[in-house]
Amino acid sequence: MLLEVRDLHVEFTTRDGVAKAVNGVNYSVDEGETLAVLGESGSGKSVTAQAVMGILDTPPGRIAGGRILFKGKDLLKMKEDERRRIRGAEMAMIFQDALSSLNPVLSVGAQLGEMFEIHRGMSRKDSRAKAVELMDRVKIPAARQRVADYPHQFSGGMRQRIMIAMALALEPSLIIADEPTTALDVTVQAQVMDLLAELQRELGMGLILITHDLGVVADVADRIAVMYAGRIVESAPVHAIYRAPAHPYTRGLLDSIPRLDQKGQELYAIKGLPPNLLAIPPGCAFNPRCPMARPVCRTEVPPLAEVAPDRASACFFWKECLGA
Amino acid sequence: MPEPEPQPYDPVGPGENEAVAPTGQGGAMDLALDEAESLEKPLDPDPSAPRERARSLWSDAWHQLRRNPVFVISSLFILFLVVISLWPQLIASGDPLHCELSKSQQGSSPGHPFGYDTQGCDVYTRTVYGARASITVGICATLGAALLGSALGGLAGFFGGWGDSLLSRVADIFFGIPVVLGGLVFLSVVTSTTVWPVVGFIVLLGWPQLARIARGSVITAKQNDYVQAARALGAGNARILLRHVAPNAVAPVIVVATIALGTYIALEATLSFLGVGLRPPTVSWGIDISNAASQIRNAPHMLLWPALALSLTVLAFIMLGDAVRDALDPKLR
Repeated sequence: MLLEVRDLHVEFTTRDGVAKAVNGVNYSVDEGETLAVLGESGSGKSVTAQAVMGILDTPPGRIAGGRILFKGKDLLKMKEDERRRIRGAEMAMIFQDALSSLNPVLSVGAQLGEMFEIHRGMSRKDSRAKAVELMDRVKIPAARQRVADYPHQFSGGMRQRIMIAMALALEPSLIIADEPTTALDVTVQAQVMDLLAELQRELGMGLILITHDLGVVADVADRIAVMYAGRIVESAPVHAIYRAPAHPYTRGLLDSIPRLDQKGQELYAIKGLPPNLLAIPPGCAFNPRCPMARPVCRTEVPPLAEVAPDRASACFFWKECLGA
Repeated sequence: MPEPEPQPYDPVGPGENEAVAPTGQGGAMDLALDEAESLEKPLDPDPSAPRERARSLWSDAWHQLRRNPVFVISSLFILFLVVISLWPQLIASGDPLHCELSKSQQGSSPGHPFGYDTQGCDVYTRTVYGARASITVGICATLGAALLGSALGGLAGFFGGWGDSLLSRVADIFFGIPVVLGGLVFLSVVTSTTVWPVVGFIVLLGWPQLARIARGSVITAKQNDYVQAARALGAGNARILLRHVAPNAVAPVIVVATIALGTYIALEATLSFLGVGLRPPTVSWGIDISNAASQIRNAPHMLLWPALALSLTVLAFIMLGDAVRDALDPKLR
């Protein structure tokens, strides 16, 4: 396994108390595999990724427990210096908003080249040549002319390509893409996603794709992990989940996708709001919104249990859910 | 990849559309076309096509400053001051320390347009030579305060923790020292006639202000996504601070330092006026104003010229600071 997250807990200390953002997440990614992590805002998907990358703001954040194994070694036990050498070189991250994730006062060439300066000790001049190569690789036209341009001079799609180029610069074995296409136009989204998928195949990297866009997931992911209130509630190969979800929350998500054959009907929405992380309801966190909830759901936390080979659900009534 | 086909004449050139139009403008279709186009027929850089120069915050600011009359006038005047403080002989042939008591308090005469002071020294020459002390103190004190303040404030803001709390309290203590009273106490024990004790005192009182500004703007800058992105790419603290945070945090420090320069010059004159700043034989506007103040009824010209020079100089730096702030703070545009 390339990356294994085991029973990870992350808390944030706030003025109103301790917010439990991640409550025992388990997932794993293999080389060449794409894992889509799905969930609403606040479900803990980004926080988990930040913990894996080691860029969590501490304080207020705190990793309260668990292990993160990267190529068999526990990242959480490493010294900061050691982790820093891994960041960027062996695992890299693509952020949601490319404009704010690029430094406005440095040219894109300087920022792309920085990767080689940090990890390979290259000179400015050599790193600049590498930057042009990278821009070519992510299909930015006229790379040689544009290498000295500043981020604000590029369109949204081009900027996200630059972010991808930065992440791929040193050919890491793991990429975490945190909603890489959310800030882009629909037409550009597909192009950027295709590029990412293509480069991933080429380099055989593991990809964690964090998203709330089910459309994007269906095209590129191998597996899906659905998160709710800081836990994985369902994990399955992508096609299985689309055919028959084994958790009522997943079902709700799938039902709320607008479909052409439903024209004129009311669009389904999951009732209620995501739970307050300061006060997660007892039992199953989803029970106040769940159409299938029974008394046991309010008292006991359903474990994430295997329901079929390579499939797990954290619902007591997964059978009903599958059959429904 | 298909051969680039001959294209109809396009004065802007391919790829250029993108450089000029920021993402915000133009609808979704525009952008899609743009993107699709650049993918379909990449790389046809027409060398003859005019290309907009890459413009950073700094070149943008410079662009705006050049067209601002306030900036042009104040910076020309400051340039003039710097030149005459380096080479006062250029416009004043006399010796500021050569005085003839027989001409005490005489009005203007040919060759001596500003007249004479009580000691019979030429007021014009002394006013010209007085620029040197003011400019030296102003620039040195500002550099000292800005470097010390932004280094301490920047580190405190970046790392936070107990060092930050300690620095903030120490800065508060220095803020609490009343400027004139502090000057009277500290500088009255100094016997040196150079400018350095005064510069040192101003740095001592001035750094907390700049440290606060630097601390605040570093805290703002370090919360930017690109700082987290740089961390995710494996950049260490030193690189993040120097290359990603500092360039994005330095603008407010520059603005406040420029305005502070004017007030430091006024402060030097104040201290010299009170007799604890610069001392004779150093020529200073503050000293001359002090000497002239008691004679204001008999010989107002003695007070007028050094006071005017001082006011104009302070005003020029404050106006410069204002212009720089307008140029560097995009939110005010």
